[in-house]
Amino acid sequence: MLLIPCPHCGPRNQEEFAYERTLDSVVRLNDAPELAIATLYARANPRGQEHEIWSHTCGQWLRLTRDRISHAIHSVEPL
Amino acid sequence: MGAGRYNALALLRGAITGHRHWGRAWRAAEPRGPYDVIIIGGGGHGLSTAYYLAKVHGIRRVAVVEKGYIGGGNTGRNTTIVRSNYRQAPLQSLFEYSLKLWHGLSDELNYNVMFSPRGALFLGHSDADMARLAERGDAMIANGLDADLIGRDEVARLVPLLDMSPDARWPIEGGLIQRRGGTARHDAVAWGFARAADSLGVDIIENCEVTGFLREGNRVTGVRTTRGDIAAGRTGICVAGNSGHVAGLAGIKLPIESHTLQAWVTEPVKPMIDTVVMSQTLHCYFSQSDKGGMVGGGDPDFFPSYAQRGAPIRLEDSIAQSIALAPALSRLRMVRSWAGVTDMSFDGSPIIDELPLDGLYLNGGWCYGGFKATPGSGSVYAHLLATGQSHPLAAPFYLNRFADGRTIDEVGSGPMPQSR
Ligand SMILES: Cc1cc2nc3c(=O)[nH]c(=O)nc-3n(C[C@H](O)[C@H](O)[C@H](O)COP(=O)(O)OP(=O)(O)OC[C@H]3O[C@@H](n4cnc5c(N)ncnc54)[C@H](O)[C@@H]3O)c2cc1C
Ligand SMILES: [Zn+2]
Repeated sequence: MLLIPCPHCGPRNQEEFAYERTLDSVVRLNDAPELAIATLYARANPRGQEHEIWSHTCGQWLRLTRDRISHAIHSVEPL
Repeated sequence: MGAGRYNALALLRGAITGHRHWGRAWRAAEPRGPYDVIIIGGGGHGLSTAYYLAKVHGIRRVAVVEKGYIGGGNTGRNTTIVRSNYRQAPLQSLFEYSLKLWHGLSDELNYNVMFSPRGALFLGHSDADMARLAERGDAMIANGLDADLIGRDEVARLVPLLDMSPDARWPIEGGLIQRRGGTARHDAVAWGFARAADSLGVDIIENCEVTGFLREGNRVTGVRTTRGDIAAGRTGICVAGNSGHVAGLAGIKLPIESHTLQAWVTEPVKPMIDTVVMSQTLHCYFSQSDKGGMVGGGDPDFFPSYAQRGAPIRLEDSIAQSIALAPALSRLRMVRSWAGVTDMSFDGSPIIDELPLDGLYLNGGWCYGGFKATPGSGSVYAHLLATGQSHPLAAPFYLNRFADGRTIDEVGSGPMPQSR
């Protein structure tokens, strides 16, 4: 189980959070179609560290740097 | 090689000699390239691909390279449900092709894969559910598949275990059953394909992890492994939850994310249910293994992970739902739970295609539903690896469909694997 430190609420149970997407997969409004498609659909999906966007039920969005094998959370910042 | 054909006479002979005459079922092969085809990943899909390459296409210089032991991935971790009751035609056709192969598989391989077409039942809990199931059933019948929409009484007759009382937590209105669906013995599928492929000359190389690719310009000419470099004409990735990682070794990003899926099993008991029960509204399912354990599962863990272990919350969900549906389950002790890493594609459907490098192919993205496809997936992937052309059944599952807007999205949730 993950214990995720919400910048607003402090450490809370994983069940209160939702994984949204990776940080590099946010499409900008004026991206060219090829870039938008690559951003939407191509993932590094690393066996290791990745930057992710999560949300907390309190409404806070978070930027999480997390290891996908050990589940260690390296940093959490408000987004 | 091995113990020859398995038959009643050999069993009888064993009864007299204390069963000491059984040899290895496949050789412990050493790498000895170059090969015509190397398949990365010794799960059911990789092994069946090797078998069909040798059997159907006559390509016998084939190696299956497995980082651990064969069947130790999702093949040995899944809940073994086999069915073809999809809504969209390309999925129906591919899974139905596979289901037909399942029905003859034990004979084909001379190995008992214990395929048991005991019926796969989707429950409906409301009028809306029943409308949805009727639509799915109609779509199946229109494509020549068998589907029976059944009422509450018939569900109660088929599965007396279910709580049909007026105050049931989840009322049951009826269901959609595919009677030719069922379960199989997961390990036996890996072992059966391995033995049959080996007897056709395929090298199965275990404890051999692929760590990179051999390249000549834009062409992949083999693999780097923990047991040395191995050259190949064509290289096929078939590593399920590790698809993203292995494609990454070639610098390729895929529309796939790896997520955890869990399952559980109880102590073995006498037969209490002879149907596979699934609720897509609740997200839980269960059946009884031939050994007697009740086997079940539910939702994935909703976030990317390669850990092969899951969080108790999802386990609790699926167990609580299962117990609400079949209260007798609460009397059983759970003996084990485990997790596998599934290759969640961004439309929920597999990808079977050549990758942007020459000579490198991918069969992945089967999400949480690829066991049922094991023989069919291997058959169409072998076709691609042998001929360089997609099998007609695999053609809709090309990689560029995401860019073309031709996704095959059964659930309609878009590129969000966690909400599938
Ligand atoms: C808990 C659970 C329940 C499931 N239930 C069902 C079900 O009821 N019905 C259904 O149809 N499907 C189900 N599935 C999905 C199904 O198990 C998979 O889709 C299917 O097994 C994938 O088959 P495979 O043979 O390709 O994968 P695997 O058996 O995982 O084979 C891939 C192999 O590749 C190897 N590998 C990985 N990386 C490397 C490398 N770098 N070098 C060499 N080898 C490597 C792995 O060790 C592994 O053995 C379930 C999955 C899970 C986890
Ligand atoms: Zn918060």
